[in-house]
Amino acid sequence: MGYEAGNFDVLVIGAGHAGCEAALASARMGCETLLLTINLDMVAFMPCNPSIGGPAKGHVVREIDALGGEMGRNIDKTFIQMRMLNTGKGPAVHALRAQADKFLYQHTMKKTIEETDHLTLRQGMAEELIVEDGVCVGVITKTGAIYRARTVVLTTGTYLRGKIIMGELMYESGPNNQQPSVRLSQSLRELGLDLVRFKTGTPPRVHKDTIDFDKTEIQPGDDNPKFFSYETEYSNNEQLPCWLTYTSEETHRIINDNLHRAPMFSGAIEGTGPRYCPSIEDKIVRFADKPKHQIFLEPEGKNTSEYYVQGLSTSMPEDVQLSILRSIPGLERVEMMRTGYAIEYDAVVPTQLWPSLETKVVPNLFTAGQINGTSGYEEAAGQGIMAGINAARKAQGKDPIILDRSQGYIGVLIDDLVTKGTSEPYRLLTSRAEYRLLLRHDNADLRLTPTGYEIGLISEARYAKFAKKKELVEQEIERLKSAKIKAEQGVQDMLAELGSAPLQFTTDALTLLRRPEVTYTHVERFVPSPVELTDEMKEQVEIQIKYSGYIEKQLLQVERLSKMEKKRIPEDIDYTAVHGLASEAKQKLTNIRPLSIGQASRIGGVTPADISILLVYLEHYNRVTAARG
Amino acid sequence: MMTQETIAAIATAVGEGGIAVIRVSGPDAVAESAKLFKSASNIVEAPSHTVHYGHIVDPANGEKIEEILLTIMRGPRSFTAEDVVELSTHGGVVAVKRVLELLLRQGTVRIAEPGEFTKRAFLNGRIDLAQAEAVIDLIRSKSDRAFSVAMKQAEGTLSRRVKALRHNLVELLAHIEVNIDYPEHDVAEMTNNYIRERSQEACDEIDRLLKTASEGKILREGIMTAIVGRPNVGKSSLLNALVQENKAIVTDIPGTTRDVIEEYVTLGGIPLRLLDTAGIRETTDVVERIGVERSRTALEEADLILFVVNASESLHEDDYKLMEELQGRPVIVLLNKTDLPVAVDEGEMASRFASGSIVRLSVLREQGLDQLEKVIRGMFFGGEIDSGDLTYVSNVRHIALLHQAKQSLVDAMEATDAGIPIDLVQIDVRTAWEQLGEMIGDSVSESLIDQIFSQFCLGK
Repeated sequence: MGYEAGNFDVLVIGAGHAGCEAALASARMGCETLLLTINLDMVAFMPCNPSIGGPAKGHVVREIDALGGEMGRNIDKTFIQMRMLNTGKGPAVHALRAQADKFLYQHTMKKTIEETDHLTLRQGMAEELIVEDGVCVGVITKTGAIYRARTVVLTTGTYLRGKIIMGELMYESGPNNQQPSVRLSQSLRELGLDLVRFKTGTPPRVHKDTIDFDKTEIQPGDDNPKFFSYETEYSNNEQLPCWLTYTSEETHRIINDNLHRAPMFSGAIEGTGPRYCPSIEDKIVRFADKPKHQIFLEPEGKNTSEYYVQGLSTSMPEDVQLSILRSIPGLERVEMMRTGYAIEYDAVVPTQLWPSLETKVVPNLFTAGQINGTSGYEEAAGQGIMAGINAARKAQGKDPIILDRSQGYIGVLIDDLVTKGTSEPYRLLTSRAEYRLLLRHDNADLRLTPTGYEIGLISEARYAKFAKKKELVEQEIERLKSAKIKAEQGVQDMLAELGSAPLQFTTDALTLLRRPEVTYTHVERFVPSPVELTDEMKEQVEIQIKYSGYIEKQLLQVERLSKMEKKRIPEDIDYTAVHGLASEAKQKLTNIRPLSIGQASRIGGVTPADISILLVYLEHYNRVTAARG
Repeated sequence: MMTQETIAAIATAVGEGGIAVIRVSGPDAVAESAKLFKSASNIVEAPSHTVHYGHIVDPANGEKIEEILLTIMRGPRSFTAEDVVELSTHGGVVAVKRVLELLLRQGTVRIAEPGEFTKRAFLNGRIDLAQAEAVIDLIRSKSDRAFSVAMKQAEGTLSRRVKALRHNLVELLAHIEVNIDYPEHDVAEMTNNYIRERSQEACDEIDRLLKTASEGKILREGIMTAIVGRPNVGKSSLLNALVQENKAIVTDIPGTTRDVIEEYVTLGGIPLRLLDTAGIRETTDVVERIGVERSRTALEEADLILFVVNASESLHEDDYKLMEELQGRPVIVLLNKTDLPVAVDEGEMASRFASGSIVRLSVLREQGLDQLEKVIRGMFFGGEIDSGDLTYVSNVRHIALLHQAKQSLVDAMEATDAGIPIDLVQIDVRTAWEQLGEMIGDSVSESLIDQIFSQFCLGK
């Protein structure tokens, strides 16, 4: 049974945030691509919060855009609020965060997919992977369609053996009561992949007309919104505010009185949940001293009355959820439209992946997104675009593209997953990056657009524009090095106004710009640029000059890292035969099979001595191999 | 070449032999050595395979640390095939450690890992393939030994204090991180004052630890002790008595530039380094000898002066002269020959020296040495000495890391004062935290993430 339904270069299963990026990247790279999803109405659906971005996550969206991905463009078209966060801090941690019109976001993404060449979007439930001679070659759907492809990308999100839990109630389901994917999980196990059980959750949604906004604080968007995509130049999106309120003593009492009905504590939930995204019951138990918790009320779109209650993720029974809601100032007479729930799902142990996101046990099978143990739309999309790129490149017979930890948060994310694994749903944080100052929101294009261009995801026109920007910025920095600023009255007055020490002698503009209180705009007054620079270019010039001391320090560290990364380890190395390695190191190295000495050194339990021994062994190995010719 | 880092280590067995050699290897070997080396030769320009005479000088204060011979071997014609500098200092532990400490303190050179010179030699093709296994064995055994030493230290109070220090820093880091990663959460705003206070606290603790380095040094290297007194008051017998007790561990360390002969003895567990003991043996005219320059130097350098007086005679003119000389110095007065009738005016002695620093002694009858021991304990260890339990920072690597961590914290405070944003200040605090982590072999940053989520209530 079953029928041949088509041959493709790349097959992407799942059309969430990972799947959409993977399919678009693959198709745009010229591969005939099929995007298969359980329900076509759920393309790019946001099952939880209606927002994109924030620290680290927003950086990832910028990186996706710099590589030629879609998430940035899509949110720029569909946001209903835009805020730049952390503006009081250094440029590296400035972070854009958007509230999305959920429905518009989905529909816009679906339209883009439908209009992309080489990309076929189809509804279907993938149930079994087809593996021939140990290599993944396609999939069979519930309806018997057999799709064949050179490479397959699996992005199952929380659908894989999904189970919704709400108080005493528990049933098999994907997010938002979608059909779960049950048989595929079995297929993966049979292929030898280790799966783990993770958990996440979402808060209830309430009706706008039943919120008493007077009792809450307004949280408006920025007056002059910035955008995620380097391509977006203008938007006339109308912005909607969010609203802030807090839990009350009554809220805490209700939760404490009903803990016996909370599946979190009754043992009904077996999956590991993320610490950074605890349910409200978890927060109140773990942080009993904290008298109140923030609750943000966020609109889910322009054409809906649903509001997302951020901060109130819960798996309490429905009746308790309603009592909790109504104990919160502003929500006393609220109507709950959707109940919050916890959801458990299967994920692949990510150390079973190569840094290209291809599985080690089943060649040509890639996985991305929540199936790899992450959480968050942005983390999913970041992996999605890389899996799509690498699946396409493999189908085209090319080497994978692997971003390292100094190139982007996407590199940090994937390296962490495949090298260290994760014991809970993984969320990106800026603190996970050791080169945070280099991985800025503003310079994502400088870091990644050349790569995007090289792999064919950035158009000639866009690349030319980028190259021009880069050139002008470099020129301007050079110019400021020698542009003299005299200790004249105008300069001294300005410095006095800024609370900055007066100049003793003539100085160059670069030195003056290094003062914390002096900006490019101040310097520009006295030594204007002969060519017109955009605000974006000016910002770049200022950041690169102002923080050059710290930037250079980090660049030096990166240089060291890169030497380690360049020391490749042959894939066929037999660690058990490496004399002198500690047994723990042998086991870990055999399991992870790192591609470079750099990656090996980040594996927990592998000591510097083991790395030294490995280096000596590799040198020996290379010399012997060379001698054999 | 594998790495750009420059490494250094003591290449000779510590405490044995007439000279000790520090080997420095890597691209900065010459430049970094040059920063400390004062000489007629300009070693930066000097050709390979040349030897230079000069002094190691602390660049911070210009103090001459040691007279050395410096050998330059430029890569690839060296053991590691990198630029190598070898600094030959006088033997013994003190000098060579001070020089190494100074070299590491600059921050560019790091201490070599176990077997690292050999590893580099191999990786750079200086050691033949057949020896690969031997190289691996060397790395393994040296690391295992270093590991077992580290394990012992990990149980000690030093490790506890470093852990506590790191815990305070990781709390500070978590606080900074949460401000960055959760800008809209209602956690306390990270203020400059808070960063400054916490960094200062950590700096103070590092200072305290560094101070123990000098106490620890006393334990390891001995209290520099000079014995003075008129002829025939019993100095030689005292010396012999001290040496007698310790025959097994007496070592002669001749030939420093100062031409002082040292003997190393222990008195009930307290190590004493007896200065200029040769002088005591040779010279008969003490007053004259006091005038001798080298003895003056010995006296000035001494941590402890044992002033021996013949108790069976009244004070002599020379005794008075000596007493003048010894004003304000750490002196213990030894009233020797108390087996004979006491003639010395003990009241007068008591008026000139601190009470408790006068010990009645009969070297002949071996009486009073235990009392001497007690007084020394009181002077140097607050009366207590239990080397098993006290925190003593002794390892050169640890001292260098403490200095570096302190510098990072100072950088953090300066950056804060200059109005640098917290995510940049964080880089310095994190560096300090990692440097301290290296001391106890723990630099895993996952613990920072753990700290963030246990310290703060975050979520959607």
